[in-house]
Amino acid sequence: MRFAHRHLLGIEHLSQSDITAILDLAETYVDLNRQSTKHSDVLSGLTQINMFFENSTRTQASFELAGKRLGADVMNMAMQASSIKKGETLIDTAMTLNAMHPDLLVVRHPHSGAVDLLAQKVNCAVLNAGDGKHEHPTQALLDALTIRRAKGRLHRLNIAICGDVAHSRVARSNLILLGKMENRIRLIGPPTLVPDHFAEFGAEIYDDMNEGLRDVDVVMMLRLQKERMDGGFIPSEREYYHRYGLDAAKLALAKSDAIVMHPGPMNRGVEIDGTLADDINRSVIQEQVEMGVAVRMAAMELLARNLREVA
Amino acid sequence: MSNLTLTNARLIDPETGTDSLGWLQVGNGQITARGDGDAPSTDTPIIDCSGHCLAPGIVDIGVKVCEPGERHKESYKSAGLAAAAGGVTTIVTRPDTSPAIDTPESLEFVTRRAQADTPVNVLPMAALTKGRDGREMTEIGFLQDAGAVAFTDCDHVVTNTKVFSRALTYARSCDALVIAHPQEPVLSAGAAATSGKFATLRGLPAVTPMAERMGLDRDIALLEMTGAAYHADQITTARALPALERAKRNGLDITAGTSIHHLTLNELDVADYRTFFKVKPPLRSEDDRQAVIEAVRSGLIDIISSMHTPQDEESKRLPFEEAASGAVALETLLPAALRLYHSEQLDLPTLFRAMALNPAKRLGLDSGRLSEGAPADLVLFDPDVPFVLDRFSLKSKSQNTPFDDQRMQGKVTATYVAGQEVYRRP
Repeated sequence: MRFAHRHLLGIEHLSQSDITAILDLAETYVDLNRQSTKHSDVLSGLTQINMFFENSTRTQASFELAGKRLGADVMNMAMQASSIKKGETLIDTAMTLNAMHPDLLVVRHPHSGAVDLLAQKVNCAVLNAGDGKHEHPTQALLDALTIRRAKGRLHRLNIAICGDVAHSRVARSNLILLGKMENRIRLIGPPTLVPDHFAEFGAEIYDDMNEGLRDVDVVMMLRLQKERMDGGFIPSEREYYHRYGLDAAKLALAKSDAIVMHPGPMNRGVEIDGTLADDINRSVIQEQVEMGVAVRMAAMELLARNLREVA
Repeated sequence: MSNLTLTNARLIDPETGTDSLGWLQVGNGQITARGDGDAPSTDTPIIDCSGHCLAPGIVDIGVKVCEPGERHKESYKSAGLAAAAGGVTTIVTRPDTSPAIDTPESLEFVTRRAQADTPVNVLPMAALTKGRDGREMTEIGFLQDAGAVAFTDCDHVVTNTKVFSRALTYARSCDALVIAHPQEPVLSAGAAATSGKFATLRGLPAVTPMAERMGLDRDIALLEMTGAAYHADQITTARALPALERAKRNGLDITAGTSIHHLTLNELDVADYRTFFKVKPPLRSEDDRQAVIEAVRSGLIDIISSMHTPQDEESKRLPFEEAASGAVALETLLPAALRLYHSEQLDLPTLFRAMALNPAKRLGLDSGRLSEGAPADLVLFDPDVPFVLDRFSLKSKSQNTPFDDQRMQGKVTATYVAGQEVYRRP
């Protein structure tokens, strides 16, 4: 199958069949990753550079591992500490890197659209590892794979996305992906964090969590992004936890086999009860991390196939 | 002085609202005669306009020339050439330079620069408060004596209501026009887009369109208190229009403008974070755009401006949130406005009422008219000739136009200032 995109910048430009292709290929890597010898050479000879303009531990580690398992030469660049501080513009940084002939560029940036901008200026394939409040496509894909494996399908499910939707690129990418795959999506949270405009994407909006969770198949919690808030979205964390934190009592309103998801890192006791997060019968949070590596391997392989065709 | 007769012209007269074939005679820098049909025989040089439109030259309030401070973005020379090529015969310049034009001395500097280098009329505006920082009013009287035609802090809102009300009161005693940017500045801080589905999808910091109405409501209340002469630089949302209409009905000395970009583009044009479409206030929804067009048609919005704002490539080649706001528009103002003529939403006399007659009237100028005795500031243009805009063909030093590569219709054939030809299309 041919993946008709040069970059992976967002879910917005992917079709249903693109999404399915990535997930199907990722399944094969789930199996590979569970073997004792986890190596493939589909990216051998290719250079992957991870450029993170914003702090990240898990996403960066996941991309790094994915590249290494596929045989790529992986380099990490901590951009907060480098030339940006010396006043170099994003474009200049991109041109500098481009001159080193990377094949895959994994980029995270605090500003929406910055990864699109960078992708216009380089010759290699660019993967968006999160840009501002815009998109985080590999997170949505790994969530989709997790749901598909837990529920046996990725359509006609009732999915609740709860919490800080306004500041979340994870929520946007998931909303688009799960919508494309024909699911019913509910957004649950205080109206300061779930603006009305989201209804225009076809989601149902609830400010009462007990009502919103009724009979859902999937409960996707979001992290309260304190670092993106300029103050005054919620009165306090304890009131937020009381009204919108996921605990066993609220989860009891969902379907009995509903799964609990969280993109991490979690604020235990703020948006999710710690015990619930660790409950292996309900929580698939660890599985999400596992799927993350597989999905990123799949995405990079599909982009690399195009690179090799051109070469 | 040059005497000439322009014949076979489609005369666009915003005063009478007519659009008819006729002729025009120019002498001593003024319009000396005009009439319908064929021109009487004369010994002055004759220019055959070949049926193209002849209209009063555009009076553009709110042009940014980047002297002093950022001459690499736009100088008086380049702005003058751009204006002449765009049919703009009077540019009314903004004081938001660095430093701001807030003293008679700095005003004299720009006046001198303008006279030396510019073929079109240049009328400077001065800041309303020192440094445009909203604390102390400028020397409004001295600045007027030095030639300031209006007082504005541009996109800086004077947040301190007491300071603003005193400045308005003082300005009234000088018969000075105050131009303000109606916006609730706290709500709009950091915004790069108008809130709505599009901004949500793109994850951009956004401002509710209501912030414009809130800013306008406050300013209208202050006008009721002070009785000053006030012009809102850009009204861009439907929700602000009823307040404006009420204020006019109540007899306040208020006028309003809008920018050519808000009349011809909407938020969706930003598409994949195209920073040339980042303007201030941000582009609005299509419903807002249509409401603003209707307000120009009805006369509720008086003035169309280019809001010409040059930015160099470096300020625009950044992530959307970080990129500078503004677009150059002296040369695209007329072809963009003609889109509204070709879409049959505004006729030519209405367009020139908003681009020439009303701005001239608001500033107490004689121009903006095709009547005998008015200055012979004229633009001759072919409204139908199609072209694709190449931004690098612009005469501005900066080429940050959202119309790059777009199909447009209508080009300036020639521009006259006081009867002198200052531009002719090669």
